[in-house]
Amino acid sequence: MPDAIKLVGVTKTFGKIIANNNINMTVRQGEILSLLGENGSGKTTLMNILSGIYYPDEGQIFVGGNEVTISSPKDSFDLGIGMIHQHFKLVDVFTAAENIILGLPGKQKLDMKSVEKKITEICSRYGFDIDPKMKVYEMTVSQKQTLEIVKVLYRGANILILDEPTAVLTPQETEKLFNVMREMKRDGKTVIIITHKLHEVLAVSDRVAILRKGEYIGTVETKDATELSLTEMMVGKKVSLDIERPVVGEKHKRISVENLTVIGPEDVPVLKNVSFDAYSGEILGIAGISGCGQKELLEAIAGLQHPVEGSRIDYIEPRTDTPESLIGKTPREIKELGITLSFVPEDRLGMGLVASMGMADNMMLKSYEKGKSIFVEKTEPKKLAEDVKEELSVSTPGINTPVRRLSGGNVQKVLVGREIAAAPSVLMTAYAVRGLDINTSYMIYHLLNEQKEKGVAVIYVGEDLDVLIDLCDRILVLCAGQVTGIVNGGEVTKEQLGLLMTKISGGKE
Amino acid sequence: MNNDVKKLAGSKEPLVRIVKKSSTAMKQKVIVRAASIVLALIIDAAFIVLVTGLNPLAVYREIFKATFETPLRFMWMLRDLVALLCIGIALAPAFKMRFWNIGAEGQVLMGGFATAICMMYLGGKLPTPLLFLTMFLTSVIAGAVWSFIPAFFKANWNTNETLFTLMMNYVAIQLVSYYTNIWRGQASSLGTINMGTKIGWFPKLFGHDFTLNIIIVAVLTVLMYIYLKYTKHGYEISVVGESEKTAKYAGINVKKVTIRTLILSGAICGLCGFIIVAGNKHTIATNTAGGNGFTAIIVAWLSKFNTFFMALIAFLLVFLEKGASQIASTYGLNEYIADIISGIILFCILGSEFFINYKILFRHKSENKEETK
Repeated sequence: MPDAIKLVGVTKTFGKIIANNNINMTVRQGEILSLLGENGSGKTTLMNILSGIYYPDEGQIFVGGNEVTISSPKDSFDLGIGMIHQHFKLVDVFTAAENIILGLPGKQKLDMKSVEKKITEICSRYGFDIDPKMKVYEMTVSQKQTLEIVKVLYRGANILILDEPTAVLTPQETEKLFNVMREMKRDGKTVIIITHKLHEVLAVSDRVAILRKGEYIGTVETKDATELSLTEMMVGKKVSLDIERPVVGEKHKRISVENLTVIGPEDVPVLKNVSFDAYSGEILGIAGISGCGQKELLEAIAGLQHPVEGSRIDYIEPRTDTPESLIGKTPREIKELGITLSFVPEDRLGMGLVASMGMADNMMLKSYEKGKSIFVEKTEPKKLAEDVKEELSVSTPGINTPVRRLSGGNVQKVLVGREIAAAPSVLMTAYAVRGLDINTSYMIYHLLNEQKEKGVAVIYVGEDLDVLIDLCDRILVLCAGQVTGIVNGGEVTKEQLGLLMTKISGGKE
Repeated sequence: MNNDVKKLAGSKEPLVRIVKKSSTAMKQKVIVRAASIVLALIIDAAFIVLVTGLNPLAVYREIFKATFETPLRFMWMLRDLVALLCIGIALAPAFKMRFWNIGAEGQVLMGGFATAICMMYLGGKLPTPLLFLTMFLTSVIAGAVWSFIPAFFKANWNTNETLFTLMMNYVAIQLVSYYTNIWRGQASSLGTINMGTKIGWFPKLFGHDFTLNIIIVAVLTVLMYIYLKYTKHGYEISVVGESEKTAKYAGINVKKVTIRTLILSGAICGLCGFIIVAGNKHTIATNTAGGNGFTAIIVAWLSKFNTFFMALIAFLLVFLEKGASQIASTYGLNEYIADIISGIILFCILGSEFFINYKILFRHKSENKEETK
């Protein structure tokens, strides 16, 4: 049987940057292939070439043994290639069925009945759960993703490309997606999946293709691979995959939260009577299904939420040991008290950084108003930007290149670098390693441990339970805005955490 | 890889592809821009010959003469340029903050209105320096009030600033219309204020009428450039413009910055009204701002809020406008034809920015490849 896809000498450059250099690889008919590589290694570019978004500078593409030219997404569809992008391309006010047939040729009269029937047919064949009449804005992230998959299947795709599909899913949803992928494979479809999570690669794929810095390194059979061997191919050197949890002798209470309640925009409480303490010299993990109040909790401490009366957030000054209430204070007022709270928010470019500014200008985001002069002081931020670039090996053309143009991992390094450089006494991070490759993730864990050893109170909101267990001294579990438990990292199992995460049923629909 | 492989869908490389450039060398930018002007002149020449039958070189000479023939004409060009540039400068901070201030026309008019009132009622009653100070202050305040109102509503209740500032224009126009109707009495228009005494008129400097206008706007150009680029306020404006969430995260008081920036924007518009009335028209009418409040939006955006580029673009617009009316009157052309001729030049010059940011690749490779096989 001819290969589903064969790439010969494919090269793509953007200006001076070589995104793909002479890629020669094959995808077999009816397999699940994982495409693995660090951030910026050219995975997405390569897949965008297959889906007709980019046109390669050089090289040949064979689909089913025939040489083809893919110069538009339509060509790609016609060849039976369907891509599910990281960011969904759906019309919010349309129903599932309307989104699926959008842009397809058809008769003048729209026969929604038969369209819906065909959708239901596809759904039952692969085990999807989707209502063709549901509007997209009513859907969860997982449902939207399912819809994207159904959309390409409806169009008759035989080769599916999924770009980091699990980044937005809960563990349960991920498992469901994997089942669907196995079902599609059984049906003879070819699936290419891009993911950073090695355990997912090992769990679902038949073979793994690895890219490094735009070069094709090789393809290995999944059954012969381990997390360690894959990481080494990806990074190009030996790495250790152990997360340390150093013990810090002296701990002091730094943040004390009591009865914290925050009402969300829809008049429902997003945090309900949350109470906990965070200590210096420890990493306090926060676990929970996404959207259970993690974001609001960190924002409340940072002064970006308006907790209801009766809530208490105290900061305990290390030198004088006196509590200082943070409730009702803006970020600036907190800073003016001499408290350095560092906060790495989930939305990096939309909240933590100014996307159109370079590293240098972003470094002074929280410190620009220092001093009496009406002018901003630019030499120090410049130096800091150079330091961060050097120490965290941020790959950027220059410290004045807009951070929007950097890859996800580098954006995160810039943000974390700035927040740590502020010499904080409390460091809060939300999904600090989301979307990051393994090498960068470990670098971040290491940085957090360093801060902990310096006596910083670190609060780490995470989604990977293995990492939470290995990294954190204590783990607070949130479920539907309530604390369902605070456990010790060294003593808890994944299953126990999972149970705590879903303890309150029906609390949030 | 042999030739008899059946090619499937889209078996050809696309005819034309558009690729974004990562950076463009200075030399190349100059070449592209020069080429665009040459191209504009060629297209225009063809148009002129085909439609009007005139000698294109003679037409170009007329366009050029409209601005450069005499020192006086050059001063007129500068006078109009600085009026347009001044509004562009006023709009820059608001637009940089992504606040769509479409109300410059009204803000300028209110500034001019305040100036005219001072000239009429205080002229002769106050010593000259004090009169000028009063004119300056009232016009700046009038413009600032006109932009403060929409900014206040935006900051507190998130009203739509585009509609709000736009509607404020009509309020200003009606106000001016009402009072000029009263003041003019039986006359057909208000006429020049203090015609005999020239009280409240900008003095001649270095032998020209508009020197003071030019100096004020030149200083503003430099100040606004520094304000946006090097001050803390400028930095706050950039952050708020990019993302309000980021601004709040950084501890910036978004409400305060919004209102402060709009007061500045309106104040400079008011100042522009002062310059136009005291330094040029010496009267007030509903068309005193003359549409510059809207043209300046183009000036501000095309220059990406760099005030020095704004001066260049304002020059280009005024130069072409003067040229168009010159050829219209010299050759007895329909004004629209004159506008098309100058419009082609503008189109080519602005269109060249596309070639600076993108490159176009034509199909060539697949043919070559087959030859080499």
